[in-house]
Amino acid sequence: MSGGTFVGMPAFPEAAHAAVGDRTLRANLRHATHTIRDKRAKAVAELADWAELREAGKRIKDHTLRHLDRYLVQLEESVVRAGGTVHWAVDADEANRIVADLVKATGEREVVKVKSMATQEIGLNEALEAEGIHAYETDLAELIVQLGEDRPSHILVPAIHRNRGEIRDIFREKMGSWGRPAPEGLTDVPAELAEAARLHLREKFLRAKVGVSGANFMVAETGTLVVVESEGNGRMCLTLPETLISVVGIEKVVPAWRDLEVFLQTLPRSSTAERMNPYTSMWTGTTDQDGPSAFHLVLLDNGRTDTLADEVGRQALRCIRCSACLNVCPVYERAGGHAYGSVYPGPIGAILSPQLRGTRSEIDASLPYASSLCGACYEVCPVAIDIPEVLVHLRERVVQGGEVTRRGVKVTLKPAKGHAAERAAMRAAGLAFARPGVLRLGQRLASRTRRLHPRTLPGPGRAWSATRDLPKVPAEPFRDWWQRTHGTATEGDGE
Amino acid sequence: MRVALFLTCVNDTLYPDTGRAVVKLLTRLGVEVDFPMAQTCCGQAHYNTGYRHQAEPLARHFSDVFGSDAYDAIVTPSGSCGAMVRELYPRMGERARAEGRGGGLARKLAPVVPKTYELSEFLVDVLGVTDVGAYYPHKVTYHPTCHGLRPLALGERPTRLLRAVRGLELVELPGAEECCGFGGTFALKNPDVSAAMGMDKVRHAESTGAEVLCAADNSCLMHIGGTMARLRSGVRPVHLAEILASTEEETLS
Repeated sequence: MSGGTFVGMPAFPEAAHAAVGDRTLRANLRHATHTIRDKRAKAVAELADWAELREAGKRIKDHTLRHLDRYLVQLEESVVRAGGTVHWAVDADEANRIVADLVKATGEREVVKVKSMATQEIGLNEALEAEGIHAYETDLAELIVQLGEDRPSHILVPAIHRNRGEIRDIFREKMGSWGRPAPEGLTDVPAELAEAARLHLREKFLRAKVGVSGANFMVAETGTLVVVESEGNGRMCLTLPETLISVVGIEKVVPAWRDLEVFLQTLPRSSTAERMNPYTSMWTGTTDQDGPSAFHLVLLDNGRTDTLADEVGRQALRCIRCSACLNVCPVYERAGGHAYGSVYPGPIGAILSPQLRGTRSEIDASLPYASSLCGACYEVCPVAIDIPEVLVHLRERVVQGGEVTRRGVKVTLKPAKGHAAERAAMRAAGLAFARPGVLRLGQRLASRTRRLHPRTLPGPGRAWSATRDLPKVPAEPFRDWWQRTHGTATEGDGE
Repeated sequence: MRVALFLTCVNDTLYPDTGRAVVKLLTRLGVEVDFPMAQTCCGQAHYNTGYRHQAEPLARHFSDVFGSDAYDAIVTPSGSCGAMVRELYPRMGERARAEGRGGGLARKLAPVVPKTYELSEFLVDVLGVTDVGAYYPHKVTYHPTCHGLRPLALGERPTRLLRAVRGLELVELPGAEECCGFGGTFALKNPDVSAAMGMDKVRHAESTGAEVLCAADNSCLMHIGGTMARLRSGVRPVHLAEILASTEEETLS
């Protein structure tokens, strides 16, 4: 599809075009998403109070977001009291600058990383590399992505687009140039692949003096940060280094310790379909002779306050990054994560990226349309984000423009380009539908000329007829049959 | 019982057989059916594509046409158009209010919202029937369309109706709850993904050995049926209303 089609959406559709035609990718995604999808359904069905947990999670997040200013200040006080240092970053550049300076101040040239969406969002690894600091990913899937010079395609399982044969090849070819090489004769047996990663990473854990993480939750009342993970690499990075730097989005705060009760039930079941994830690490500032002696928390805004200003769109900030919506999404399953052009792929990415980044770029303007609005995402969301509602809201922003908040200032967006023909068609349809007589005229015209209708459509209509036959126009519309058989005097006749 | 048939613009224009089937079925069940000739479109395509403000006059028009006290219910053979009225009309009213335009739209649309029923809801919940006296001697599989499945939560209603049809063998559709890939303008804006989803739906339908794929929404069936025709699939799409209207005296082939 070119950018100039009737409904003119270049970016996501073009990326998806390639993905849909990639049979290996399709098979990998179909297998992985269906496996996780089915397991999640079973894990969730075990809890009789799932609906109540979901509602509680939604309300805790909404309450926190409503009083975010208060809870963030409370969090800062708690973290400082516990021996940590808090930094505020308004955007990606500022956050990257803060982290780079903190690492440099230690005199170190490498850091080990816990899997973190926030640091990917700001491009921290690249920013550190530019300053001569190497960042090593230690999550197994992130390691695969980093060694393969690839991009993540899923929030939870970033290498979901790779099968084990591809992973074996990446390990064999690339591990050696990053550190300990893959063992001789490595096969694609999962246990062998995991052992190769373990040996490779162990060297990094034991050497690193600086750890960088994100966090799943931050508790305002205690200043405690929480990382939920499956592999134990996170626990290593959070405890072994002397300095720990955590970059966390401001929406990750919860008011009280007891609020974790809800999310520590809903998050593992929604994401990995586990009743409880294997490692839940919690730390509060610093402790003498135990873990890092220096702890820095970088609180990241990067578009979140602007998103909070939007009454419909702000619910996206409730997201706890479980990725259940990706796993059930039929569009994600076929287009793959890369098509979303963001570290946040899938349905949640389609509403998060255009809010955090704005709708000015082609990809961001196309993301709200990357959905059939089937509603499977909303159904599984553990914090009840009505993703279809936000998608439609953002479509409105794209075609109609309107008031949005950018860096705290209200600005008026113009309608996006490339929708002129669609807008005209919608207006014409609106006019016809306002007058039943005009609609009837159109229907009769279509019926009378039906033998002349082509089987395939030219121009933008090819988007339909390239893969689907057109419906046959009937000899007469229903309303003509009704009038013939049921008389003329009908209530509400607007003609 | 007097009902207004909200046929939808797609059915009126392209699928009059579905409309005739609803009239035949409801008349057989003793319901008086009227087709208000002024009806046009509920505004769903406008709303879902981002033209909410252009959908508002259509919603007002809908309320003018169907709001009459003379009707006990408004019945539609479309899950998505039914969901538009029931789920999204109230939301449109709320959004207008939030935009500082007062409660006028919400008040205008309020009367039609609770009176609107998707066909299987009307049959099972309002009329209280599951055996509608139908006869359809074919092997059928049922696809629950997304708006029927989720916003309207039709649940078992359509399949209970189908199971009571004499001669009909109902077989389960694998991956039934997965979207067919139509999604209104999605089918045009993301044709590759839409087509891939449609092909998978057809493949699943074929795997059941059914002759007929039944659904309660012709928009989805237009997409699935168009894909079936292109693939020269042996399965054909039939709207639920047409199966339920079929009797031993007048059997739909």
